[in-house]
Amino acid sequence: MAGRLNRLIDFAPVLIALILALLVASVLLLALNANPLEAYDFMLQGAAGSENALAETLVKATPILFVGIGITIAFRGGMINIGGEGQMIAGALAGVTVALVMGEMRVPPELAKEKGAFDLIIVACSLVGGFLMGALYGGLAGFLKAYFDVNEILSTIMLNQIAVQMMNFLLNGILLDPAEAGFNNIPKTARLVTAAQLPRFSINIDLPRQIGEIQHIELFARTRLHWGLLIAVFLAVIIYIFLWRTSLGYRIRAVGENQRASSYAGINVKRQMMFSMFLAGGFAGLAGVVQVLGLQYRLQTDGSPAGFTGAAGFNGIVAALFGGLNPIGAIPAAAFFGGLLVGAQKMQRELGVPASLITAVNGLIVVFVVSSEIFILQRSKRRVSVAENETPTLNPSPIKREGLASSDDGEEDG
Amino acid sequence: MGLDDIFTASVFASAIRLATPYIFSALGETFAQRSGVLNLGVDGMMLMGAFTGFYAVYLAQQAETVSEPVSLLLGVAVALIVGGLMGLAMAFVSVTLKAKQGISGIGVYLFGLGLSELLFQQWVGTPKSVSGFPRINFPVLTDLPIVGEIFFHHNLLVYVAFALVPISAFVLNNTTFGLMIRAVGQNPEAADAMGVSVTRVRYATTTIGGMLAGLAGASLSIALINLFQQNLTAGQGFIAVALVYFGGWRPWTVAAGAMLFSFVNALQLQIKVVGADIPSEFAVMAPYVITIIALVFATKRHEQPTALTKPYERGE
Repeated sequence: MAGRLNRLIDFAPVLIALILALLVASVLLLALNANPLEAYDFMLQGAAGSENALAETLVKATPILFVGIGITIAFRGGMINIGGEGQMIAGALAGVTVALVMGEMRVPPELAKEKGAFDLIIVACSLVGGFLMGALYGGLAGFLKAYFDVNEILSTIMLNQIAVQMMNFLLNGILLDPAEAGFNNIPKTARLVTAAQLPRFSINIDLPRQIGEIQHIELFARTRLHWGLLIAVFLAVIIYIFLWRTSLGYRIRAVGENQRASSYAGINVKRQMMFSMFLAGGFAGLAGVVQVLGLQYRLQTDGSPAGFTGAAGFNGIVAALFGGLNPIGAIPAAAFFGGLLVGAQKMQRELGVPASLITAVNGLIVVFVVSSEIFILQRSKRRVSVAENETPTLNPSPIKREGLASSDDGEEDG
Repeated sequence: MGLDDIFTASVFASAIRLATPYIFSALGETFAQRSGVLNLGVDGMMLMGAFTGFYAVYLAQQAETVSEPVSLLLGVAVALIVGGLMGLAMAFVSVTLKAKQGISGIGVYLFGLGLSELLFQQWVGTPKSVSGFPRINFPVLTDLPIVGEIFFHHNLLVYVAFALVPISAFVLNNTTFGLMIRAVGQNPEAADAMGVSVTRVRYATTTIGGMLAGLAGASLSIALINLFQQNLTAGQGFIAVALVYFGGWRPWTVAAGAMLFSFVNALQLQIKVVGADIPSEFAVMAPYVITIIALVFATKRHEQPTALTKPYERGE
């Protein structure tokens, strides 16, 4: 019972943050002459009012979840990764290149018999390519932090801008759709061949109506829901196990919690810093490549910073915090923010309230989540004040102290 | 095309103009960081300052009840107030609630980004321009060849920004307030023992930082570009934070960094204009690459305020 209570309290900052953010959003809506209840109703309808609305919510949630898993790893490792946007772009650029090149290849004769086997290889290679490029891009910030003491917040922000320009350059150059060249020059790649696309899926349910009579329902047929969501949810579980059930994950969390103690315990702190940024970047890279393979079937942008990513690199940060810095928690959190984004569009259409309200609300949620940690901190401090130690194993709450340890907490390393 | 086409007087002049928002925001951030508060929400505060300052001027100039100079001063005042309020909020979150500063700052940024866009779309709609701060014509000086164009043909806010550099350095290094700021950032326990209120000093510096960020935003929307559009600052506030690290937390070097950065930016714009054989994307990218390289080589760790990002906890 006590354990369950503790878990409830662990998620208290999230609930407090949500309620406060809704209150402030209501005040904003009132100030804009909109009825908050009406606005929330439209948002709910837009996000989950129909089969298609729900599918769109999950489609929007997919890249947010990928980034959120990565951000969770980074924050747990004590690295404040703001570079989700840039890492997404890096992953998408690499992934789309692999997919385009392999899509042109002739199917090797030994694979020709197995229908679909080569398609699977193309998709797998593109995903791995996207992961690796994102990981290298994130790892670069980790490297600069570990060996040159460059603040990772600043370096990742700069790397975001650099990635946007690199994307614009490549999409206007070698990656430009040959069909666009010389005509409109809209910065986008050629469309991926079907073999390189991540398939869509639907859910078949057989409902027994009466004895001997079965109603067949196909959920999410003819929606844009694709396999990216399933991959993301699967990886969220894997990363949960990785972080809490393997020694490698333990080391990442130990460094995040207390660099000095980890260093004394013989952990190579620099390597762990790079590794957590590498993984974080990899997941953001996956977010980027999955957007291409599963949804857009090409890489395209309007040239603006969020032109391709749709700000999923930032929303992933919000989802990670909202999910209590736990990959499993990031799943509902990502779905929630996907719903907010989709629902806000409905609200904009119906009430004329700009959807950018959601950006502001996301910011408030971030502020409120990190602000309400103090109450948890005080509570657990009272509990552990008997044994004042700072070993990394002390783990009374998922958000508390852990993960986001000040980046200046001792830097001695063997 | 030779170097003469690139290093023109107008490039130096525009470098000075472009440095204005960076100097305002980076000086404000210097105050906050010297006292131990890392305010990462600068860009959001700049955006809110830029929008509200612009909107005040826009309304005043539409109503035509006040003269143009008064409308502009009104815009500056509004931007200072809005930025200051956001700084106050940031102080409450990071000093009183002791929230993780890196992340709460991102929250403040997203809030400013979203709210400024929301209000802009709701109240203004499409980008409209206002008549901003006019360029000042100095007798004799403005007419000097080259020198006149580079130094004596700017608007008021440009000169205010540059004047703030020695003022900030003086305040930080030669006044009691400055001593308190440095003490609180370096050794809050000792400062507290000496009777300096860590909380009060940090509130003050973060609010000052917010006000200057608001002013930085307004310098874009009512003095340099004279309009507002969504995400007008395009991340300039984050550059300002980087400049503080780069400049070693000292007003003069921070301002020098701002000048260097804006000079690269001005060159980049000029290269676009003369159509050099460099892809424009690389030109746009250059300042960010240079910032990272600068951070690699210029991070003077020993000069970083010891208590930066660390909330102060009294007694153990």
